[in-house]
Amino acid sequence: MKKRMFLKLSASAALALSIGAVQAAETLKIGAVAPKTGGLAGGAVVSFWPNVKLWAHDVNTRGGLDVGGTKYMVEIIEYDDQTNPGETIKAVQRLATQDKADFILAPYSTGLNIAAAPVYARYGYPMITHTAISDQVEELSNKFPNMYFTLGGASGLAEGVVDVLSAMKANGDIGNRVAMVNVADAFGIELAERAEPSMKAAGFDIVYKTSYPLGTQDLSPVVKGAKDANPDAFVAFSYPPDTFGLTKQAVVESLNVKAFYTAVATAFPAYAGANGAAANNVLGAGGVNADDPDFQAYMKRHEEVTGEKPDFWASGMVYASFQILEQAIEATDSIDRKVVSEYIANNDFDTLMGKISWDENNNNSAYWTVGQWQDGVFKGVASTGREGAVAPRLKQGWE
Amino acid sequence: MGILITGLLLGGTYALIAMGLNLQYGMSRIMNLANGEILVAGGFAAFWFWTAGSLSPLLTIFILAPVAFVVNWLIYVIILRPLVKRARSRGQLEVDAILTTFGLSFVAVGIMLATFGGDYFSYSYLLSPVELWSETYALNRILAFVAAVIICGALYLWLNISRAGMSIRAIAVSPDSSRLVGIDVPKLAALAFALGGAVTAVGGALISTFLTLDASTGVIFTLKALVIVIMGGVGDVRGTIVAALLLGVLETFVARLIDPGLTLAAAYLLFILILLFRPQGLFGRRQS
Amino acid sequence: MMRMKSTDYKALSVSIVLLLIAICLPWIVGDFALTLAVNMAMFTVLATSWALFSGPTHYISLATAAFFGLGAYTMGLGVDHLPFWLLVILAGLFGAIMAGIIGLATLRLSGVYFVIFTLGLAEMTRQIITYIQNATGQKGILISIWFEESTFYWMLVALAALIFLVGWLIGRSRLGFALRIIGDDEEVARHSGINTALSKVLLFMIPGSVAAMSGAIIAPRYGYIEPLIAFTPMLSFQVVIMALLGGTGRLWGPLAGVIPFSILWELISASFPNQTTLLLGLSFLIIVYLLPQGFVGLLLKIRAKIGDGRGY
Repeated sequence: MKKRMFLKLSASAALALSIGAVQAAETLKIGAVAPKTGGLAGGAVVSFWPNVKLWAHDVNTRGGLDVGGTKYMVEIIEYDDQTNPGETIKAVQRLATQDKADFILAPYSTGLNIAAAPVYARYGYPMITHTAISDQVEELSNKFPNMYFTLGGASGLAEGVVDVLSAMKANGDIGNRVAMVNVADAFGIELAERAEPSMKAAGFDIVYKTSYPLGTQDLSPVVKGAKDANPDAFVAFSYPPDTFGLTKQAVVESLNVKAFYTAVATAFPAYAGANGAAANNVLGAGGVNADDPDFQAYMKRHEEVTGEKPDFWASGMVYASFQILEQAIEATDSIDRKVVSEYIANNDFDTLMGKISWDENNNNSAYWTVGQWQDGVFKGVASTGREGAVAPRLKQGWE
Repeated sequence: MGILITGLLLGGTYALIAMGLNLQYGMSRIMNLANGEILVAGGFAAFWFWTAGSLSPLLTIFILAPVAFVVNWLIYVIILRPLVKRARSRGQLEVDAILTTFGLSFVAVGIMLATFGGDYFSYSYLLSPVELWSETYALNRILAFVAAVIICGALYLWLNISRAGMSIRAIAVSPDSSRLVGIDVPKLAALAFALGGAVTAVGGALISTFLTLDASTGVIFTLKALVIVIMGGVGDVRGTIVAALLLGVLETFVARLIDPGLTLAAAYLLFILILLFRPQGLFGRRQS
Repeated sequence: MMRMKSTDYKALSVSIVLLLIAICLPWIVGDFALTLAVNMAMFTVLATSWALFSGPTHYISLATAAFFGLGAYTMGLGVDHLPFWLLVILAGLFGAIMAGIIGLATLRLSGVYFVIFTLGLAEMTRQIITYIQNATGQKGILISIWFEESTFYWMLVALAALIFLVGWLIGRSRLGFALRIIGDDEEVARHSGINTALSKVLLFMIPGSVAAMSGAIIAPRYGYIEPLIAFTPMLSFQVVIMALLGGTGRLWGPLAGVIPFSILWELISASFPNQTTLLLGLSFLIIVYLLPQGFVGLLLKIRAKIGDGRGY
């Protein structure tokens, strides 16, 4: 009683092909596990799931993956892990042993990736993570040689913010007073920890610093506290619900800073949707080369195929991680996981996010760190070696 | 002063979250674990009407309240009443209600995912500053507070003055004796449950103007509501109001004067302390 | 010690056979079934120990996640300094101590007040740990050791066997007797000279300690500990649901809930990835309506029917 998730489009495409062409297409089973419910569903539903659909659609309308002359259509088998690591482990195990998936896309978020990593390793699946952010990449890649990291590390993301602010300070646009707050949860803690010494080294004075628990329903004390300290820049290492909440509160309090930064979910289309003109010139974690024609074509396809807009950070990287797998399969003309893994380890890849290459820890060391909403588009303003960054603008009020 | 007002505003939000559950648990004896989902659904409705039809959440609540009332009434009559009839003891009903409403909350999340998707939803409505005694507050929060005052006040008066209201309170105190004096317990329990659902949905619509929600966040609100209802004392409107305001003021005090990182820890600490000294909650009656 | 009756010997031999089967499972079944079995073993441990306290006292505790998280963090913080086994035992000790304190604090609470109190407590524990984590600037903890799936499984089975043994001993002891009276009528129990408070607190330490040990054992399996994962309130609810669906009147009741429920959960999440939550919810409802006495009730009914058939 296994009901396979055959995407309608891929099914119809396969039908058209089998009628039109003489050779019957083979199928390649690809597993996908991520939250559809639970704490991280709000992020996975924007950044992960639409890309799975889009990628399968792209590959199948092209006629499938070309493996040594044989065309392989992609069949996606998807599971909801309910944001529960126990369920992630179970689902990946199920894909490996019950569904006999040929490849499994990496799960969503740092914690769920690390929980599932041993299963990927046991069955030799390459694990190209797209949403795992950790500064312990060295330890992880030693333990799991098949694990790759694309989205960057906390240090880079935190230092990106410091660099952007330093540039503004050097131009004389802002002074050295920074208010820095963070959500007291995994990612927020690590970013704040990294940013503080860098801020001080760059000559900034942290005039207000605090944390707040995940799930805080009234952020006005935080914004009021920051405002009382009269900062030139406001930096919040925040998570989705509070990224929205802090921005709204800043509007109410008319927190007039020249640089306003919130972290996760600032790059989401819902952020611009919720805040309208107030979102303009807000800085946030992530970014893309928004003027790149490849990315623009991707955005267009994403909206056409899935009916949703991609975000301007993880979405592109999620798709890029699928592209890496796709390119490795086609380049090796093999669906042998060992062969494909070896190719991934030893090659660079051209993706919609630009060229991706690995350092000694299987880590993509060139990634976007800071972006900014500029007239309805979230553009990358700082990176660790990406091309296409635009100059950051100053925040001019909240109108 | 500023802290006190901010705290009271937050307390108003909490009262909106918890009042519906108090009616449902206190009056009809159903500990509704799907309460948070009703709240999120109310928020969804407000979001949808606002983005699709530019209908102000203030008008939406007038459509929402009767719809939520009917839906919750049906839930009670179709799903919960058989359990009430079947239960041999209070404990049995409590267990069955936990299991059933937990199942219902899953169903509600599933339905919301299918209809609205799992994305965050957030919009800006009346996001303008209001100055009171040289401090600024968000207009939408003030509005929610005023609505909370109106709703709670109306409920309190209704429960204390009208015949139906007093009968419902009688049920809360003693369902068996109230049956003896000629109160139609099944009908009024359904009424209380439906009313609680309507209040929760309206609360959801109001708080969606300043909080960001998604299909899976309901459980957070259920937890908060449970804590407030229990802290105030089951079945007493005043208790819920006082508990909500206390929590709001305490959280704001801690956030402004000590450390925002400790707000929730302080809130739960207060809850635990209150229960240690008043095991039946602030306004609760001693259970036999 | 009371003398063993023949039915006891029968029950004992059945238990031993079942335990042997459970131990041999990893050699018999495939990798995936083993992963399922790890989940089942974990929930058997949690639900059975939960029911040891909640079954006789009718107190529904939602604090499982608090203890589980406490254990997971004990492992996470200590794994680089102390041996694994010592940490599991330490976690058990911490869990027992915390449960003892909570037990003393909650003596005066009854019914739903106790339920929500335990919930509030779980949340407070999580908040405090988050705050401390923030103060020390540590993010999620990466756990450097890892075992084979079968090792996790055996550890949990051993823990389950231990709980069954303890449960069986309690059932035969003065404490068990006292608890049954408390469950029936606390007033009567008090009048017959039973120290109700002490009995309850002692008993509450069992699920607390066991949940903490499970958290410590499972932590290396997750490999990465953060508050959202370690303290997920869903865990507390799942344990309650499984135990209640099984039935808390018998020692093996929760087990009778965990196994069919895990299979159902698996079937639904494997077959309907987009409606998992919706269908799980519906199946709760159906089970509550069709099996008012839980799976134990169903099994006893079947046994009674077979028994009748034999009798005539």
